Amino acid sequence: MSDFRVTKPKFFATTKKGENYELRADLNSEYRDRRKDAIKKVIANMTVGKDVSGLFPDVLKNMQTEDLEQKKLVYLYLMNYAKTQPELVILAVNTFVKDTDDTNPLIRALAIRTMGCIRDDNPYVRKTAAICVAKLYELNPELAIENGFVAVLQDLVSDANPMVVANAVTALAEINETSTTKDIFIINPSTLSKLLVALNECTEWGRIAILTALGDYRPADSKEAEHIVERVIPQFQHVNGSVVLSAIKVIMIYMRIIKNDEMIRQLVRKMAPPLVTLLASAPEVQYVALRNINLILQKRSDILQNEMRVFFCKYNDPPYVKLEKLEIMIKLANDKNVDQLLSELKEYASEVDVDFVRKSVRAIGQCAIKIDEASERCVNVLLDLINTKVNYVVQEAIIVIKDIFRKYPNKYEGIIPALCQNLDALDEPEAKASLIWIIGEYAERIENADELIVTFLDTFRDENSQPQVTQNVVQRVLQIATSECDNPDIRDRAYVYWRLLSTDPQAAKAVVLSDKPVISIEGNTLNGPLLEELISNISSLASVYHKPPETFLGRGRFGADAVQRRAIEEQEEASRESPIQAQVKTNIENLLDLDFNDNSTPNSNTPPPPPATSSKSTNATANVDDLLDLFDNSSISNNNPSTPPQSSSTNHQNNGIANDLVSLF
Amino acid sequence: MASAIFALDLKGKVLISRNYRGDIPMSAVEKFMPLVLEAEEEQQAPTPCFTHEVLALTKKNSNATTILLFLHKLTEVFTEYFKELEEESIRDNFVIIYELLDEMMDFGYPQTTETKILQEYITQESHKLEIQVRPPMAVTNAVSWRSEGIKYKKNEVFLDVIESVNLLVNANGNVLRSEILGVIKMKCYLSGMPELRLGLNDKVMFESTGRSASRGKAIEMEDVKFHQCVRLSRFENDRTISFIPPDGEFELMSYRLNTQVKPLIWVEALVESYTGSRIEYMIKAKAQFKRRSTANNVEIHVPVPDDADSPKFRSSIGSVHYAPEKSCLVWKIKQFQGGKEFLMRAHFGLPSVKNVDDPDKKPPIGVKFEIPYFTTSGIQVRYLKIVEKSGYQALPWVRYITQNGDYQLRLPESIKNNKMTPI
Repeated sequence: MSDFRVTKPKFFATTKKGENYELRADLNSEYRDRRKDAIKKVIANMTVGKDVSGLFPDVLKNMQTEDLEQKKLVYLYLMNYAKTQPELVILAVNTFVKDTDDTNPLIRALAIRTMGCIRDDNPYVRKTAAICVAKLYELNPELAIENGFVAVLQDLVSDANPMVVANAVTALAEINETSTTKDIFIINPSTLSKLLVALNECTEWGRIAILTALGDYRPADSKEAEHIVERVIPQFQHVNGSVVLSAIKVIMIYMRIIKNDEMIRQLVRKMAPPLVTLLASAPEVQYVALRNINLILQKRSDILQNEMRVFFCKYNDPPYVKLEKLEIMIKLANDKNVDQLLSELKEYASEVDVDFVRKSVRAIGQCAIKIDEASERCVNVLLDLINTKVNYVVQEAIIVIKDIFRKYPNKYEGIIPALCQNLDALDEPEAKASLIWIIGEYAERIENADELIVTFLDTFRDENSQPQVTQNVVQRVLQIATSECDNPDIRDRAYVYWRLLSTDPQAAKAVVLSDKPVISIEGNTLNGPLLEELISNISSLASVYHKPPETFLGRGRFGADAVQRRAIEEQEEASRESPIQAQVKTNIENLLDLDFNDNSTPNSNTPPPPPATSSKSTNATANVDDLLDLFDNSSISNNNPSTPPQSSSTNHQNNGIANDLVSLF
Repeated sequence: MASAIFALDLKGKVLISRNYRGDIPMSAVEKFMPLVLEAEEEQQAPTPCFTHEVLALTKKNSNATTILLFLHKLTEVFTEYFKELEEESIRDNFVIIYELLDEMMDFGYPQTTETKILQEYITQESHKLEIQVRPPMAVTNAVSWRSEGIKYKKNEVFLDVIESVNLLVNANGNVLRSEILGVIKMKCYLSGMPELRLGLNDKVMFESTGRSASRGKAIEMEDVKFHQCVRLSRFENDRTISFIPPDGEFELMSYRLNTQVKPLIWVEALVESYTGSRIEYMIKAKAQFKRRSTANNVEIHVPVPDDADSPKFRSSIGSVHYAPEKSCLVWKIKQFQGGKEFLMRAHFGLPSVKNVDDPDKKPPIGVKFEIPYFTTSGIQVRYLKIVEKSGYQALPWVRYITQNGDYQLRLPESIKNNKMTPI
């Protein structure tokens, strides 16, 4: 706490012993101001993570107040502890009920937020109540349905107030997603027209909710899709980029259904300007936009075909924006704009950010592979870059030239001498491998090919696998490879080549000099079904990662569950010093972990459950043991790792069970 | 949708937090900074995140754009409430921040984010119930940005048309991009619920209404964005800009268009470097707009090597100074009349030994300027009709200004003279 400044906000004052005691006294003070200050201090403590739940009854006493600010603070406190102390919250119910009759809608809405109640003549209260149904549903789905809350929510979609409609849509969409039946939110023609009306009238966030719902809706036919699209297009002019992107998403999805070619052309034309304008947003919003544009271009390459210049990198763009722009520029490159692009890429290759420079050089290679007519110009630019002698530029250029040689065999071998001049400068495995490959491919046309290769031999033993694998000549290599090399893969490979060469040179030739698969830059594009799924997820996290949602939700290093697990692990570590606490904690966690078992320790020591027939002969303790096993593998195995279910060890076993039972609590 | 929102200090420590959904332990935020650092180490490039001031956590495949824009909106609202958004102002105002977080987001879904409306019922002073703070009707009205019953003695509207020019010129002097980002800002002091209609010399509208643009030229906007008060469907139908304005100051619309006009301020540079001894610059600046306009407060920033020293300048107008902290020289010209051309020479010493590992950064030349009473696009406000049921007369005032946006001209390669020549 020492970081917090002591002087100004006195509510964050450093902890003294018995602070809760003092606070309690203040909360019960006869002076209003003192009581209110005490509440603020309690909230401040709560904010920094201190446990002030002990003051619950005392805080609660201050709930019945005329002071609105104080009331809000008490509500905040209640909401924070409602989950952990449900029996105490019941004490507050009376006040809540009173508050729902209050004349002030602010108070009523506040009460509703905490309790969940839905009919009111004030739209502010109704829009709050709508969201509240989603909260209630999460806590107790049956209750929400049985008490008719969900049904009322469905009615709210037809509410006269656009803000209420938007929140009802939000709540229904959420409930629908978590429900097993998926029939909570079904758009019919009459709700559809309500949504389209509300779309033009509600706040920016409400528009996003409605557009998202439209994205999930499947129009019956091309005609209906066209009709909706016409109502969605005006949203391109909204100042909020998320509204724009949500509108684009709806249109990208509906374009699958629309059969009217003229309409499609018009849509493609209208989509470009708002996409370009997104690039005037803050950098991180730009990043999200660029990732989405990347997807959209893979689906419809015609959308931004005349707009490549807007993706030119500015000097002060953050690196993550620059790299995304590069990818998009390559996607937009064609034989008309390639000269412009090449001169840009050459410029970027002289910047200082090594990663960006390398990707720019690589982009030049991709242009050469993508556009046949431009390959010669690309090679010339690469030669210019090699002449700069900047080490990492040269290495990257040689790597991409290898790909160009693969795409256009026997076309550019004239530049090989220029490449070989840089032989000594190469120190990266991939660059070396590339040059060796080139020399190997054109060996018959390079007089001193063997000499060149031999220069690589001296360092052979120190190399890691890449250049070693590429070298396909000389026995000496094979000798070194088989006898002196540590890497088993390379030894194996060398033996294979050696045997091949010694048994059937013709076969060896066929293997080593076989046709390589045609190279293309398709590696940067996603396959059809995945692309369609991501298009349906435009603007979401999935569209940023370019991965379907199930691959990162609740999993992965950045997944919420993994983060949560780490937090728990750390807590465990912290509590390991006091063993009893630790024990209790791990048990609780293991119980919690039953539904996602990737966390529970697999236990190889646990005896297999006894077969049904022998269950009578096994003693009772063993059964208990097995039962406990179900709940808590780790603690049993820790305490008596290899106890077989036998009566002879009953004594030991009893101890073990006693321990286990204790540890359960 | 967000599970929780945090305000962090520079070290990533939580200043204030609001848990909206309770599906993520609040301690998860402690992993944020380590994960960012780890990611940056792995990718060797900063991750696209963000201001570090505010942070949202989510457990679902949420709408990333919405969350980011909400966080931006949040900082905007905080700034309007507390002037500056920094650790101290967050700590000092935590009660009101909690109230705002409560009002602006519910269960992770953004709600009311208009500062003007929030300010009507979430105020700095604590209040007794007798005063009856109520959520203004505007929170949920179809007109969610304006309250009823506003009264002014004198009804006035001020329009500012501000055009920012983004320019990118390559080292050979070819214009790569030239774009105008325009905004129309309004200051509205009008009583009641006025209906406004704004007429521009918009080419598409002229064409759709069958009018020829004979009276002056019409402009073709590539993209237009409107404040949420503008009826978008009407604009889509007949290009009419009609709206009930918020009270006070706001940005009515923004537009974007590419230009074919010559760059307003053109800068040419000739750089000669003598490795290990000195570097010389000759800069020519030209104002390529009409003579009757004048650019004010022109600043031309020319990058120089980090290790340059002992500057000497000579210029035909204005003043030049060396800004070593930004590794550039700044040439300031208070008034730069259209059609004029000026010259400046600069001379720097260079250390005799150059650090080879120091890569040569190549920042572009940047230019700042303001040209009043002038728009590059030629946009004009033709009329602003104001109708209110009480029938008052209100006068609109219009002001035009053009200024620099992202205005960059790449510096050409310096001519290298490696021979030591006598100075």
